[in-house]
Amino acid sequence: MSKSSKYRLELQGVTKQFPGVLANDQVSFAVQPGEIHALLGENGAGKSTLVKMIYGVMQPDAGSIVWNGEKVHVANPKAARKMGIGMVFQHFSLFEAMTVLENIALGMDGGMSQSELETKIRQVLQHYDLTLDPHRVVSTLSVGERQRIEIVRALLLEPELLIMDEPTSVLTPQEVAQLFDTLRKLSARGCSILYISHKLHEIKELCDGATILRGGQVVGECNPRQETSTSMAEMMIGGNLKQIEKGDSREFGDAKFVVDGLSVEGEGDFGVTLNDISFTVRAGEIFGIAGVAGNGQNELLLALGGEVRASVADTIKLDGKPLGTLGTSLRRYFGLCAVPEERNGHGAVPDFSLSDNAVLTARNRQDMVRWGIINAKTATGYASSVIEEFSVKATGPSATAGSLSGGNLQKFIMGREIMQVPEVLIVSQPTWGVDAGAAAAIHQALVDLADNGSAIVLISQDLDELLAIADELAVINEGSLSKTMSVADASIDEIGLLMGGVHGDPVATEKQTEKRHVA
Amino acid sequence: MLLNLELRREPSRSMLYLTPVIAVLLTMIVGAIVFTLIGYDGPGAVREIFLTPVLDTNYWQDLGVKAAPLILIAIGLSVGFRANVWNIGAEGQYIFGALAGTGVALATWGMEGWWILPLMCLAGVIGGMVYAAIPAFLRTRLRVNEILTSLMMTYVAIQLLNYLMRGPWKDPEGFNFPQSRLFTESQTLPYFGDTIVHLGVPLAFLLAIVAWFVMAKSVFGFQIRVVGAAPHAARYGGFNANTTVWMSLLIGGGFAGLAGIFETAGPYGQMVPQFPTGYGFTAIIVAFLGRLQPLGIILAGIILAISYVGGEIAQTTIGLPNAATGIFQAMMLFFLLATDILVRYRLRIVTPAKLERAS
Repeated sequence: MSKSSKYRLELQGVTKQFPGVLANDQVSFAVQPGEIHALLGENGAGKSTLVKMIYGVMQPDAGSIVWNGEKVHVANPKAARKMGIGMVFQHFSLFEAMTVLENIALGMDGGMSQSELETKIRQVLQHYDLTLDPHRVVSTLSVGERQRIEIVRALLLEPELLIMDEPTSVLTPQEVAQLFDTLRKLSARGCSILYISHKLHEIKELCDGATILRGGQVVGECNPRQETSTSMAEMMIGGNLKQIEKGDSREFGDAKFVVDGLSVEGEGDFGVTLNDISFTVRAGEIFGIAGVAGNGQNELLLALGGEVRASVADTIKLDGKPLGTLGTSLRRYFGLCAVPEERNGHGAVPDFSLSDNAVLTARNRQDMVRWGIINAKTATGYASSVIEEFSVKATGPSATAGSLSGGNLQKFIMGREIMQVPEVLIVSQPTWGVDAGAAAAIHQALVDLADNGSAIVLISQDLDELLAIADELAVINEGSLSKTMSVADASIDEIGLLMGGVHGDPVATEKQTEKRHVA
Repeated sequence: MLLNLELRREPSRSMLYLTPVIAVLLTMIVGAIVFTLIGYDGPGAVREIFLTPVLDTNYWQDLGVKAAPLILIAIGLSVGFRANVWNIGAEGQYIFGALAGTGVALATWGMEGWWILPLMCLAGVIGGMVYAAIPAFLRTRLRVNEILTSLMMTYVAIQLLNYLMRGPWKDPEGFNFPQSRLFTESQTLPYFGDTIVHLGVPLAFLLAIVAWFVMAKSVFGFQIRVVGAAPHAARYGGFNANTTVWMSLLIGGGFAGLAGIFETAGPYGQMVPQFPTGYGFTAIIVAFLGRLQPLGIILAGIILAISYVGGEIAQTTIGLPNAATGIFQAMMLFFLLATDILVRYRLRIVTPAKLERAS
């Protein structure tokens, strides 16, 4: 008893079984008071399941959770909050049309008057040097500010443990730095933090200890400050991490893919309008487009791929041929292939076999159709070669796309497009939700395709990915594209500012807040 | 003991083909119970409706004649249903196609020639298509839901039929009965020997096989399947959603119109106000019972034909009301939709002990 009481939280042999998967297998680890403890692992390693059990969303099948030296049963999130456990989810639960204060009031368990709550919120904000105006409407806030609402909501309960699930995936570098400041202050005041991430350099920078999960089991504990990113990555994926081979002195050919003044009206109520987008990609070049989610990346992919047509043909040119008004089939015929962000239901049909999914986009370039009849043999053959070339783990070409894991399906989709040897390949978020091994394979395939003289447009929210493989870079913000920068001499600070517009800058945010108060 | 529905990791293929069989069996069992409870000979009713038409070879011709229009219409509808285009107005397209064919027959009345019958059939197909084009136009241009428009158009077609039968198209030598002239020999489908089986019956089966080939092997069939399964992926693959809506409705209308003129130029031999018998609606059940697959639809068409023929037998032998057929058909669709949940979910018996451990 006395031994365990020095820990804030201790897990002993926690096991959780889902139909067909053992999500957590005998997981044990401990967090000390004030410690920032990382829970590190790939997608599907069991991190989310584990924290959901700590937060009372689910109950473990076996094993126990020890809280401040006492074995506890966390019945539900309300009980967890009462015990002093707060959690900030990756996806926020906020009402866009309501103010910060109203949103926080909605999430409170006990009744409290608005003015009382506001005083408390202002105390918390001051206490942790956070900038947030309680009267701003959520829809006008940046993602970083929205996350701050969730953090304040958790801090109001004076937690002894704060769980952060992938908190930085949607933040600009400046916002990440602000978040880390806050977390360090919290830890200095004795609050433990359980930090879930797969971003190794962040963990090295922030965390005191780390537990590494793989396939639902604890495979290692370490002090991140004493490890290298590579050593932690290898523990995480359980093998050697393949370095991307990318020549230092890359030669680029002539301008191959030219987008000039592309404007497209947004679809529906939440569509972003693309505004006068211009950029040039040379043969052999990887052109990166950075940006925070929801700034027009989807719309750009649709417009470049041909799913949404431009009104002027000359706005999109491939080797001088105007493609702007053509649909996807003709653009593919001319050598422009695209891979959308969403795999299931957009890049592939989950209920269809892999060979049918090969027919979806490769039927014309790979000669699968004669007189309107599909040659099933050619389609199956092509699907098999994609499976083999890209080491897709599948039972064969007749496996349904939906039965593949995210990483394997993504490898299949990328392979399907790359093996058609496109002149231009547009990809959006190619490694989103993909394990590190698959991500490395996909990056290598993109680099190889560029080496063969294709032009590649890589739309990604992952700045590390862009810095690793892109040659040039621009930032998309609210449907407009920034100037082009060379990756070699781009500054992270500048990219971050472009990503956040004015929102990311704490000084500017403060100024805006002041302005509102004056008005 | 508790029953628990558990999501399957992949839809069960065997259940996909088994649930129609389960649905038919459940219909028989529940039908027997229901008719016993309301004072009829329940098991006898089920026997007369489902077994007599199959066991007594004399009824086989009737089965073919009843199944043919159901299969034709259902084949056309299944194309749209697979693309998530919900044309439920096949009855109207069936009537309008029949009227278009009848128009040709009346215009060519008294003439002779091999070309008259094909021309009538062509008019039937085009009539059905034209009638289905209205919901297609409204859907693609004005985003009006085709479920409503296609259904409402059915009632317009029925009124048009009544008007024509009582007015302009009334048989001048028909003692003022509201019906058209009897078609001449060049205007009626040929029969096989002494049977009641007309040329439309083998054609319906043949067209089902052609449809199977097109749906399974062609790019068009692929397009229909993708649009239905994942509309975003379809757009990504280069398939236009509006084209798909148009094609689906035109094919559905065309097949219904062909079935319409086959019925007029076949069993009826003229046009009568009693022409609409709900084949267009029953075909919806046929399409789903047949899993929207042409070969399955042939089988389902025969099963529904059995219920029609058997319903008539039961009327005379055990005095079951005419509505009994409708009840059995409705139960079949109901049980099919209900058991369909087993395709994606599995039924598990949970013991209380296990529940306790989980909580």
